[in-house]
Amino acid sequence: MAILIDKDSKVLVQGITGRQGGFHARLMMEYGTDVVGGVTPGKGGEWFEGKPVFDTMRKAVETTNADVSLVTVPARFAPDAIIEAADAGIQLIIGLTEHIPVADMMKVVSFCARRGARLIGPNCPGVITPGQAKVGIIPAMVAIPGNVGVVSKSGTLTYEVGFAMKNKGIGISTMVGIGGDPVIGTTFVEVLEMFENDPETEKVALLGEIGGSAEIAAADYIKNSMTKPVAAFIAGRSAPPGKRMGHAGAIVDGGEGSAEEKIQALAAAGARVAANPEEIPDLLS
Amino acid sequence: MKLHEYQSKFLFREYGIPIPEGKVAATADEVYQIALETGGAVVVKAQVHVGGRGKAGGVKVARSAAEAKLYAEQILGMDIKGLKVEKVLVDPGADIQKEIYLAVTNDRSAGKPLIMTSMEGGMDIEELNRQRPEAIIREHIDPLMGLQNYQMTYIASAMGLPRGLWRQFGRILRGLYQCYRQSDAELAEINPLAITAADDLLAVDGKVIIDDNALYRQPGLAEDRDASHEPASERQAREAGITYIKLDGQIGCMVNGAGLAMTTMDMTRLYGEANGIGPANFLDIGGGATPQQVTVALRIILSDANVKCVLLNIFGGITRCDEVAKGILTAYNEVRPNVPMVIRLQGTNAAAGNQIINDADIPNIISAETLTEAAQRAVAAVKEQA
Repeated sequence: MAILIDKDSKVLVQGITGRQGGFHARLMMEYGTDVVGGVTPGKGGEWFEGKPVFDTMRKAVETTNADVSLVTVPARFAPDAIIEAADAGIQLIIGLTEHIPVADMMKVVSFCARRGARLIGPNCPGVITPGQAKVGIIPAMVAIPGNVGVVSKSGTLTYEVGFAMKNKGIGISTMVGIGGDPVIGTTFVEVLEMFENDPETEKVALLGEIGGSAEIAAADYIKNSMTKPVAAFIAGRSAPPGKRMGHAGAIVDGGEGSAEEKIQALAAAGARVAANPEEIPDLLS
Repeated sequence: MKLHEYQSKFLFREYGIPIPEGKVAATADEVYQIALETGGAVVVKAQVHVGGRGKAGGVKVARSAAEAKLYAEQILGMDIKGLKVEKVLVDPGADIQKEIYLAVTNDRSAGKPLIMTSMEGGMDIEELNRQRPEAIIREHIDPLMGLQNYQMTYIASAMGLPRGLWRQFGRILRGLYQCYRQSDAELAEINPLAITAADDLLAVDGKVIIDDNALYRQPGLAEDRDASHEPASERQAREAGITYIKLDGQIGCMVNGAGLAMTTMDMTRLYGEANGIGPANFLDIGGGATPQQVTVALRIILSDANVKCVLLNIFGGITRCDEVAKGILTAYNEVRPNVPMVIRLQGTNAAAGNQIINDADIPNIISAETLTEAAQRAVAAVKEQA
């Protein structure tokens, strides 16, 4: 069953006629994802790789019965696109777009919550359930089917860990990139809860980084509510305070969100914390 | 993007928040003129993007224009925590009876704007939060509904503000919230909001930080950027779409992706710390790792004289490692680095990529298969030069 997406997920790509949207839509279809169409305002009636393109999400959902949407449009248009998806009744929205202003995201996250739509991201690589479906840009080669759930704030670091697991023959139930922005739709705790309740997930790998307090909340959840073992890595031990490390969220403010405090909290919660992400496969076996 | 105190306060004024009617000056003579026109006591305040300027001697109260000029001569050009003071704000002196703290900021875990206020203003809010967290009133704002009138009453009463000041305070709070929202601020802070001897409220100091991602729709504020203290290397990187932050170690890191870039830094520290070896920088080259970007990134890394070795770590997902390898060789031939380079390519077409690097047979290039190996080899390369 895995979590969030599987072979039965019907996926729309918002921005499917764009360069990035089209490129990744093709890779998703090659992987076996059921991409049922796309949306680009002004291009309704066109076709993309044999799939219909619509002007609006409302029309697209009515016609295709899609339940998942991937947002690939630029930052200026992405908040509107996410709200449109939630308004059209999409249950799971995955936002790849980076550089969306925080003020917009606060409104978008509130709106999605009110409509009961789950948003993953933004500024995330998406979700892959190996062997079934991928929605987003996670490369197919970094994950084989298995029973470890992976949740991460990062992109390439996640691929790195998935790939190291694959080299040791360890497979993945679902890999979820939640994104590195300050305000995101789905937190570590929510994904951990899904993994805890997923019969196909036996262990979990969590990849966090400096900034914010999401990993501390994750540690509390692991301590109080999780029965499945967790291995973790926190990036940014060597980062100086007050500097923004690429991800808008990766900044240590006034002693809050440092790698050390997160590592200690996770270790105290019983997670096995790696000093080197290439040790994660060993900590899972 | 941080605004200076004077920029923040002038912005507040546009939202009806009362501020001391001060002026900005870059020379001591200008300060003298401003003080003369103002009459009476003035405060000369260094305009630098760093906290603790008062303790560093960057804020002085002058009783006369001549004294103001004297202080301006001391403060202009002064070095505060590595930043040179280029400008001062000259504010008329205020008779402060009490200091309030008031700010609107993004609460990232709640995903909502947060108003924080306290009757115990003046001091650093982090410090107050450590010492007396109960003295801070916190109120979340629904991002879709905005600030409501009842919330202003709640805040004023909860903080224990004298009733006679509620109307004034309400106007300032509404103005500050509007300012925060319409400017796409991450933080809009008044500290202190002074209660004067005449029982008026006055925003004596201000701080605004604008969300960089929203600058495209804030053209007026974007012009306020003061890049004079940004190192040239960081500016060049920003203009090339590369994120670069200089650190003080010896291993120059070039990586695709922010999380992996931090991890690569951490690995050099993990294996090098015992010998005083660590990362020279954070550098996220972004998605593509094209020859042009690798060239620019390499130049930026090598502009740091401390760099004794370059560690290039690319995980090719969508990006193919053979393409990246060709890009690296082009960049190498163009820049000709005089320090060893450890190259680690992993992911899509990694074998082909490493083959290209090995076939080029450049003595200064060391290849590595895993991240661990790459970090250890970079540390060893630095040690050899010691």
